Amino acid sequence: MNPATTATVSHRRTRVGAGRPVGAVPTALLLIGALYCLFPVLWVLIAATKSPAELFTTSTLAFGTGLLDNIAELFAYRDGVFWLWAGNTLLYAGGGALLSTAVSAISGYTLAKYRFPGRDVIFSLLIGGVLVPAVVLAIPQYLLFSRIGLADSYWAVLLPQVLHPYSIYLARVYAGAAIPDSLLEAGRIDGAGEWRLMSRVAMPLMVPGMVTIFLFQFVAIWNNFLLPFIMLGDDGKFPLTVGLYTLLVSGANQPALYNLILTGAFLSLVPLIALFLTMQRYWKTDLSSGAVK
Amino acid sequence: MRPSQRGAWPYLFLTPAIVLFTLFLAVPIGYTVYLALRRTKVSGLGLGRGARREVYVGFDNFAAALADAELWSGWLRVLGYGSLVLVVMLGLALLFALMLDSARVRLARFSRIAIFLPYAVPGVAATLLWGFLYLPSLSPIRDVLDVDFLGATTVTYSMANVAVWGGVGFNMLVLYTTLRAIPRDLYEAARLDGASELQIAVRVKIPLLGPAIVLTTVFSIIATIQVFTEPTTLRPLTNTISSTWSPLMKVYRDAFVTGDLYSAAATSIVIAAISLVLSFGFLRVVRNHAFREG
Repeated sequence: MNPATTATVSHRRTRVGAGRPVGAVPTALLLIGALYCLFPVLWVLIAATKSPAELFTTSTLAFGTGLLDNIAELFAYRDGVFWLWAGNTLLYAGGGALLSTAVSAISGYTLAKYRFPGRDVIFSLLIGGVLVPAVVLAIPQYLLFSRIGLADSYWAVLLPQVLHPYSIYLARVYAGAAIPDSLLEAGRIDGAGEWRLMSRVAMPLMVPGMVTIFLFQFVAIWNNFLLPFIMLGDDGKFPLTVGLYTLLVSGANQPALYNLILTGAFLSLVPLIALFLTMQRYWKTDLSSGAVK
Repeated sequence: MRPSQRGAWPYLFLTPAIVLFTLFLAVPIGYTVYLALRRTKVSGLGLGRGARREVYVGFDNFAAALADAELWSGWLRVLGYGSLVLVVMLGLALLFALMLDSARVRLARFSRIAIFLPYAVPGVAATLLWGFLYLPSLSPIRDVLDVDFLGATTVTYSMANVAVWGGVGFNMLVLYTTLRAIPRDLYEAARLDGASELQIAVRVKIPLLGPAIVLTTVFSIIATIQVFTEPTTLRPLTNTISSTWSPLMKVYRDAFVTGDLYSAAATSIVIAAISLVLSFGFLRVVRNHAFREG
């Protein structure tokens, strides 16, 4: 290394060095935060690998040898009810998020791009839904569904989660920014109808915003506990959250079931964490659209 | 273009949202209010047709909900739990967001992803993980720390920990994204004026984060008042959580275990009202004090 480079390096080092105390503290704090957030997930991964005998005897942070047995046993549990729960969850979260995204995108586009009598009233009403606690809705929703014979059905969990006020708000903000009025006007001059404009011009432009809305809805429905817990009686229709809960209730005093519960908890995390990591970059888009203004 | 031709299209496009709103929001709310004002009246021995009638009782159910000692202790527990969660969770979220935004931090991407990760974990699973981590027979924490996490007083802290763990990353990301949207030259200007990083954080960044902090606080208030999943899931692991630990758990018990829909409806309206009052109250306090200078 020639003296000149050394000089610049040391010069740079002093400049960075002056800020070093500031640099080490934030890094350390963030790493402690990261460790705190990762720890339970890592622990359940380890716990899921232990055979029933190892669970209580080996060190809590040492991997075991029973992962495959645990998975096989979990899938065999009550004729494979765990598979059913996983499939149901995918149906509720996937179907619900798709419907919800479609409704939000069309509503957001309409509210952003059309002027019509009643627009502000409709917008305020739809957005006001954010403030209504789920609890106020859950019981009467259950009663209404049971009156029309749909309680304890897939629809009872799917339909109430389609309308999502915050997603409509995000879609409106997104449509306002992503769809130029001039493009719509040009389409109209070319003779395109409103339906065609919406489906062929507006929706394709809204796709990135729709991905974000879909992700949030997917996670929200996947994580929901209260609604399916209230609506469903037949455990064949349970999503994973309610299924895991029933597993815990029946296993709380039976340490023999602990392996199944821990393996089930671990397996229920895998798809969501995978989705979460692959879709990482989408989370930041629009997350704070509601907050910045 | 004649606007009249467009006339019905906006309404047509909004039809799905309006129908869903009516069916799953407006009608249920109306029905809750209707139920809350009524009660079953039993005449005679309660036998035969017409012996049980639903009658209008006015605000009796609300009066009962407000006088219910079990519900009051639920409110107190949620007040303690909620203020703990709000302060710690939002404090940590703000701290992490500011740390992430400071230029000199290492491994920022890794930390950001790791702290946001619990957002992908359902409340039931999160409670289950922590619940097992609290159990003496399994917990690596109990190997080191001899604390009874599920004791009568400690269980509130243990539950708050689950909520903080699950919520800190989401709030951090909202605040961090807002910070990234602030023009960088604002900090340069402050640096030229001789401000330290800490001063920039406190004097420039936090005030600019104001609206985002308010938003996350309101959402967190609404969420903590309705706490249900965590205490319900933790219940099988300890006997220190009653079936009416939180007001929403009492609503569930009244409606589905006891079968008293009228009390449940009245209590859920009280919960909704308290959520609204607290959210709006918070917004008003913030608007009157914090943002007066701005």
